[in-house]
This record gives sequence, C-alpha cells and structure tokens, in this order.
Amino acid sequence: MNIMQKTALTLAVFSATAAPALAQEPGSLDARVNEAFAAFTGPFVNLIFAPFPGTSFPWIVMWLVVAATVFTLYFGFVQFRFFSHAIALVKGDYSDPNDAGEVSHFQALATALSGTVGLGNIAGVAVAVGIGGPGATFWMILAGLLGMASKFTECTLGVKYRNEYPDGTVSGGPMYYISKGFSELGLPGGKFLAVLFSIFCILGAFGGGNMFQANQAHAQLAGIIGDYPGWITGVIFAAIVFAVIVGGIKSIANVTEKIVPFMGILYVGAALIILVVNYDKIGWAFGQIFEGAFSGLGVAGGLVGALIQGFKRAAFSNEAGVGSAAIAHSAVRTKEPITEGFVSLLEPLIDTVVICTMTALVITISQQLIVDPDTGRFVLNEAGTAIATVDGNTGVALTSAAFASGISWFPYVLAVAVILFAFSTMISWSYYGLKAWTYLFGEGKTSELTFKLIFCVFIVIGAAASLGPVIDFSDAAIFAMAVVNIFALYFLMRIVRAELNSYASRLKSGVITKFN
Amino acid sequence: MTTKLLIGLDGQSSGDRALAFAENLAKLIGTAELLVVYVIEWSPYSFQTPEENAERHKRREEEISTAMERVVTPALARLEASGIKAQGMVRHGNVADSLDSIAAKQNASQIIVGRSTETGLSKRIFGSSTANLVMGANVPVTVVN
Repeated sequence: MNIMQKTALTLAVFSATAAPALAQEPGSLDARVNEAFAAFTGPFVNLIFAPFPGTSFPWIVMWLVVAATVFTLYFGFVQFRFFSHAIALVKGDYSDPNDAGEVSHFQALATALSGTVGLGNIAGVAVAVGIGGPGATFWMILAGLLGMASKFTECTLGVKYRNEYPDGTVSGGPMYYISKGFSELGLPGGKFLAVLFSIFCILGAFGGGNMFQANQAHAQLAGIIGDYPGWITGVIFAAIVFAVIVGGIKSIANVTEKIVPFMGILYVGAALIILVVNYDKIGWAFGQIFEGAFSGLGVAGGLVGALIQGFKRAAFSNEAGVGSAAIAHSAVRTKEPITEGFVSLLEPLIDTVVICTMTALVITISQQLIVDPDTGRFVLNEAGTAIATVDGNTGVALTSAAFASGISWFPYVLAVAVILFAFSTMISWSYYGLKAWTYLFGEGKTSELTFKLIFCVFIVIGAAASLGPVIDFSDAAIFAMAVVNIFALYFLMRIVRAELNSYASRLKSGVITKFN
Repeated sequence: MTTKLLIGLDGQSSGDRALAFAENLAKLIGTAELLVVYVIEWSPYSFQTPEENAERHKRREEEISTAMERVVTPALARLEASGIKAQGMVRHGNVADSLDSIAAKQNASQIIVGRSTETGLSKRIFGSSTANLVMGANVPVTVVN
C-alpha cells in the first residue's frame, strides 16, 4: 500500500456501529451535547424502531415495503408501464413551448434528486452492506423498484393539491394534499394528520436533513485536517447555511446546485471505471448479492439482517413514501399533476437502483469485507454486530477505502463530494422544513426567520454529537413522516388512480401529444 | 402581401443599431411589418434550489415584464413614431433556436440582429448566439455591426 492509499484510508475515519466516532473527552462540550441529545431523543427513536413482538424486525420497515408493494399493485406496475413516458416527459417532449421559462420536469426532478442523492448513497449503503452483507443490496434494489410507485403517488398529489398564491409562488407537499384531499373525500381528521406530518417533517429536517449531514461533513473534514471539536465545523457550516437561507446569498446555493450533479456523475463514473477494470468480478459480485440475499452468508442477523438493512437504507436514501419529494416536485409547471408523478418515479431508480447499487458493487468487488477462506462466510467483528472489514472501516470510510483500492486518489474527491452533498441536502431540507413550519405557524417574515435560526442551531448540534444518536434520531424522524404520509396515501390513492386512468386514456386516444 | 421582418434585440447598443437598420429597411420596403423579439436566455435543463423553483413562475412574469418595459416597448414606440407596423414579443429559451423558430412560425422573411456582445469563456466554447443563429437559421440573417 502506498502513502497515497494509506492517507486515503485514514480519511473520513468514523464508525457507524461503534458510536464514538471522534474522540470525545468526557465533560467536553461535544460530549455534553451528545449525552443530552441521546437522552432526549431515546423514547421517540425506540417507538419508531420497535420490532414486531418476538422478532427483531422493525415494524416501520414493513410499513414502508408493504405500502410500496400496495401502490405498485394498485397502479398496475406504473413504474414499468410508464417508464419510457417518464423519460419523454423529462426530455421535454410533452412540454408546451409557450411555458418556456417555467420550472421544467427536468428541473423539478433534478432539484428533488439533489435533496436525496447524498450521504445515503455513500455512507448509508456502506452501513447496509457492512452489517447486512452484499445480500442487503438485493433488498435495497427491490425496495428501490417498489418505492418508485410510492413516489409516483405522493408527487402526483403534491402537484394536484399545492397552493398557488396570487403573487405566483407555490407551496405544496403532504400537509396540503392531506388536508385538502381528505376534505374533498369527506373524510375526517385531515387537518390533524397534516399537522402531525408537519411536526415530523420539521423534526426530519432537523435530523436527517441537517444533523446527520453536518455530522458526516465534520467526520470528513476531521479525517483530512485531523481531529478537532465538532462544534467548530458546525459553526462554520451554520454560518454558510445562514448566509444562504437567511441572507439570501443565492450565489453559494447556485454554485452548489451546479457542482452537485457534476459530483454525482463523477461518482457514478468512478464506480463504473472500477467495475470495468474488475469486469471479471462483476458476475461474482452479483452472485454474492443474490446468495447473500437469501442465505445471509453468515452476516449478523442472517437473511433477516440483510433484508432489514437493505430496506431501511433504501428508504432513507430515496425517501419514497416519506413525503419530502412531494414538497420538492410541487413547483413544476404542468396542467397534468400526474406527469410529475411519472417523472418522480425516476428518482428512486436513479438514487437507489443505480447509484446505491454502484456503491454496493464497488464495496463488494474491492473485497473490503473479510471472508473466512475456509467456509466462504463473512467474519463478524468482535462485537458481532457487523462484518469485519479491512482496517475496521465502516460508513463513509468503508466506501472511501473501497474506491481507493481502485483509484487511489478518489477519496479526496469523495471527501469534497460528501461535504457538498451534505450542504445541498441541508439547503433542500431547510426548504422542506420551512414549508412544514409555515403550514403550522403561518407565512411571515418572523415565523420564517425563527425556523431558519433554529435550523442553523441544529447544524452545530449535529456536528458536535457523535454519529450513533444522530443517525438514530435522523432515521426515526424521517420514518415518522412516512407513518403519517403513507397512512394518508392509502385514503388518497383512489384520486391518483382516477387521474392515471384519465391521463392514460387521453394519451392513448391522442388527445395528449408531443409538442416536438 | 406584407413582408415580415424579425428583429432580435438584446438590450445593448448593437441591438439599437439593428433596430435602426430594420427601420430603414422597412421604410424602403413600404409594406413591411416588424416583429420585435427579446429572448431571455434560459434552459429547461439548468439546476435550481427548491426555493427558486417555488418562486419561478413569479420571477418569469417579472423577467417578461421587465424586458417588455425596458427593451421591447421603447422599440415599438420608436417604430410606431416612424409609422411602421410592429409587434413585440418576449420569450425564454436558447436565443438562436428561439429566434429561428419564431421566424418560422410567423413566416418572417428574414432575421435582423446586432453583432454579438458576448465575451469570455462560454463564447469560446459554445460560440455566440449570433454565430449560432447565422449557422443554423432557416431564413436569411442580417447581422448589423
């Protein structure tokens, strides 16, 4: 191993399972923040991740997968039937040239993607594969494919029931479609569910959309510069985010919005290069994925362990059923809400089926996971909670090491990518959280400023706390959104089906045609 | 039959010279009608933040009214004063493509534009709007220096 590789491997050192990511002196500010935070969020986390009695299977994972399956069946495999139509919509084939200058389907998709593509694809997949083995990838892909139908449902409703204000701005998302949709169907409790969703959305914005990102960005920086207190990163990040969301300094956001897609392409490109170089191992890697999916190959928790990890990380990465995408997609200019539903179903495909699978394949092919040469099964770490890895890496560090085995300097690019992804996800979630906040407390300068200030404070907390409690709370808050959102979607899905049937018949009869 | 002339403005001095040229040409032809177009450079494939998306419709309206007010309306007033029939239009899109497609749709017999005022890297890589228009247009293009 050359010096480059060694340096690369020491980059981004943190542990996802052994919580104390960065050395924290007892009694230090970071440690106190961490302790208080873990104690405060514990009960909420336990409730969301409670397993079915007598099993280790969290009910929330089942909740998401069952919903995605129901939507897939209810809409007759819409993600496959309308796949090519979705591509045509993104290309602009069906866009009225007179609407030029409005938000295009492509832009709405790209904006939503920049909120979801990020650490989930890099760190989350490594966590899933590290605990559940390569087999987790199979369940992740399956969850991604099914999740396309959940995304379709929520984004169609997001556009259909958005608020359009006289000044031309729009606000949309689950809180709007739940309250309006329920009252349209004459169902009670819409307002209550919308309020509940908004509360969870604000928590999700502070958690997965903020603290998890700040935490991982700090881990990356600490890996490059050397260990230093997390609150320093937090304050710097908070200052930059403050400048963008409060100060309205659009140039920073614009630069990020332009670099992030480029980083995403670079990431997939690097993964492809590694796969091409190791083309002889691709078949073997898929073999590991399939075999692991059904046998577990000796991973912690066996088959169920692989399945839970795969499903959980897919959901956290592509956010299908969570409702966040419905907020992002609702700004598109279209007369047909369902078209945005079609476009949005590409999101889990790109995020999970393509990008996450790339990460998983690179980790598998790089053979970072230690296999017992005699049995062919994975060797567990000392605690028995995850697969032992070369140099004991987990999370981003595992992905980083896997890429470094193919392209020695790539971890530096990855470190920059992680920080930028973290930043763009924060900007996206600050908006999602804000929309939920203004739904609850009304739109107005003071109300908006209050939310934005609290958001910035949470960046500091997230960077200072250690990963364990942060990742638990982030997952819990985001999945809590899915509890309310999916419950409501079951009632509202017939509205989407009516839209789908009407659109499909008009498309078939030629009423809806391409403009060019 | 009236001859339709499309004039592409960019809010710069070269656009004013193009306008003066078109005005003279229209006087010589006698029955010409001028179509004054301002294209706001815009791509459906750019990347934006969620907040920008939410405000896009409002911004678009603002961009159109600003362009109308500052560029198109003064040009129309000037043409009207010289007794030339003219109508104005503001569009979003790629400048060269938009001018060409409007010309085709409106049956314009030629496009008149000012010389490009773009500079820098993007011009070196992608060429100027004027150059792209000259290369790709389906009707004759007059570039006014």
